[in-house]
Amino acid sequence: MNVIEKILAAHSPETMVHPGQIIEVALDAVMANDATACLAIDIFKNELKTDRVFDPEKVILVMDHYTPSSSIAAADSHNKMRKFALDQGLRYVYDGAGVCHQLMMEHHVLPGQLIVGADSHTCTYGALGALATGMGSTDVAVAWKEGRIWMKVPEAMRITVSGQWPAHVYAKDLILKIIGDLTVKGATYKALCFDGPAVQALRISERMTICNMAIEAGAKFAYVQPDATTEAYMKKAGREGYRVFTDDADARYERTMEYDVSALAPQIAFPHSVDNVRDISTFAGTVIDELFLGACTNGRFADLEIAAAILKGRKIAGNVRFLVTPASKDVYLQALEAGLIRIFMESGAMVSAPGCSACFGGSGGILGKGERLLTTANRNFRGRVGSPDSEIYLASPAVVAASAINGCITDPRGGLR
Amino acid sequence: MIEGKAIIFGNNIDTDQILGAHHLVLPTIGEMAGYTFEHHAHFTSGFAKGDILVAGDNFGCGSSREQAAAVLKERGVAAVIARGFARIFFRNAINLGLQLIVCPEASEIAAKDKLTITAEKIRNETTGKEYAREPLPPFVAGILKSGGIIPYLQKNR
Repeated sequence: MNVIEKILAAHSPETMVHPGQIIEVALDAVMANDATACLAIDIFKNELKTDRVFDPEKVILVMDHYTPSSSIAAADSHNKMRKFALDQGLRYVYDGAGVCHQLMMEHHVLPGQLIVGADSHTCTYGALGALATGMGSTDVAVAWKEGRIWMKVPEAMRITVSGQWPAHVYAKDLILKIIGDLTVKGATYKALCFDGPAVQALRISERMTICNMAIEAGAKFAYVQPDATTEAYMKKAGREGYRVFTDDADARYERTMEYDVSALAPQIAFPHSVDNVRDISTFAGTVIDELFLGACTNGRFADLEIAAAILKGRKIAGNVRFLVTPASKDVYLQALEAGLIRIFMESGAMVSAPGCSACFGGSGGILGKGERLLTTANRNFRGRVGSPDSEIYLASPAVVAASAINGCITDPRGGLR
Repeated sequence: MIEGKAIIFGNNIDTDQILGAHHLVLPTIGEMAGYTFEHHAHFTSGFAKGDILVAGDNFGCGSSREQAAAVLKERGVAAVIARGFARIFFRNAINLGLQLIVCPEASEIAAKDKLTITAEKIRNETTGKEYAREPLPPFVAGILKSGGIIPYLQKNR
């Protein structure tokens, strides 16, 4: 079996599993956020007619998509979540502390675990060698009740990445390039396994960027084999007692793709599909109205550090507004202590409370008609961040920072005025 | 058997288009349903209860929001025919008992064509053409036959 099949088998009554097989699996955690939890609460109470979650330590709620509460309806749904959490005695409830996936990675995920979340970007946890996938509110309500769920064992694809990372080229550029090649349906229902020396060279933060966007190609799971970097991350986080799975000698992958990052340029995904990907040169000079640095894709300390290094001592252009949202409270504090928040604010950027922010269109940074956003987030769907007549371009933190200074899409490799 | 008229969509219809982010916090699916495909004029002005949505590849891609499948059911969408569905939307729709039909020839169907769907095939009453539908895996078909995952679990646990 390959490592995906082995982790699934270990969570099921089966000793061997194969792609296409439908199995019932036991879950290590079930996460829901404020875009999905209230519907799950209704289903849990009114349709499943149950009054106890399977384990109040394993059901995790996060308020992040509409925080600080952005409407009366959002405030009411937050209160519904708080009441449910209290009634059920849930141990982990995060209220404006950051994006759900960042918090899960900082505080909960262990290598080898199997996790379901009511959010499509739950596949992020593959960066630590956990299998995690997004599901809807009914599946999550069933999982809250039973601690188990049905899954189809996916085919696995292996993407091997070699080469030396060029200056100003990052994990975001690689995953955009890969999605451009795979297309937005190219990995539907599959597990995407990333390996090779250029992946091993990445920090967990950057591995998260890659795994986060696997869903944009339709994937069910993303996975990076745990290594010394993973071990160091877990040790620093103070979480131990996990099991690392590996491929058997006869491990089978449906398809293998190879990439070399040595000649990779910064990438841009242009409206309105994530697989509309080109080298940055195609779009250099495109005038921007708003920029966003944040999200579960690129709102971590490493991302903020890259952007701050470019912005230090400079001002953003007069034609743009620039919103910086740290992905969690811990990231925010770390950035504050390192002086990054001062750099952002002195450059003219706004710094907002941790959360999904302008990635989602549920709180700040909403776009008006005809406006153009350049963002480190993961989706550029039409109307996602406001007006259906706005445009969203996706890029790395380095591209966003350089472009904020020039007021137009700018190559960080020497494109700064 | 399902009968209805076709409302056509293209490839990669994402769940943000089906139901925008700022409507997800409304208290009930009934209140959200009024915003279904709010920026698609051919749906908002042309859809009637019992119509069949016909789309290309990867219908329902993007967010895990089950509300997207729920508002389609709430509005009375009789079935969604597509060349393919995104994974999370597929589960959500089946869980709610919304009829999803995979049909490689979906793009041959035109706006307002009258369709009849049986267990074996889709018949286009307007053109007289018939198309094969791909069978669902038996386990998934069983959930749909029960009317969704909750009635299925009530019957099978």
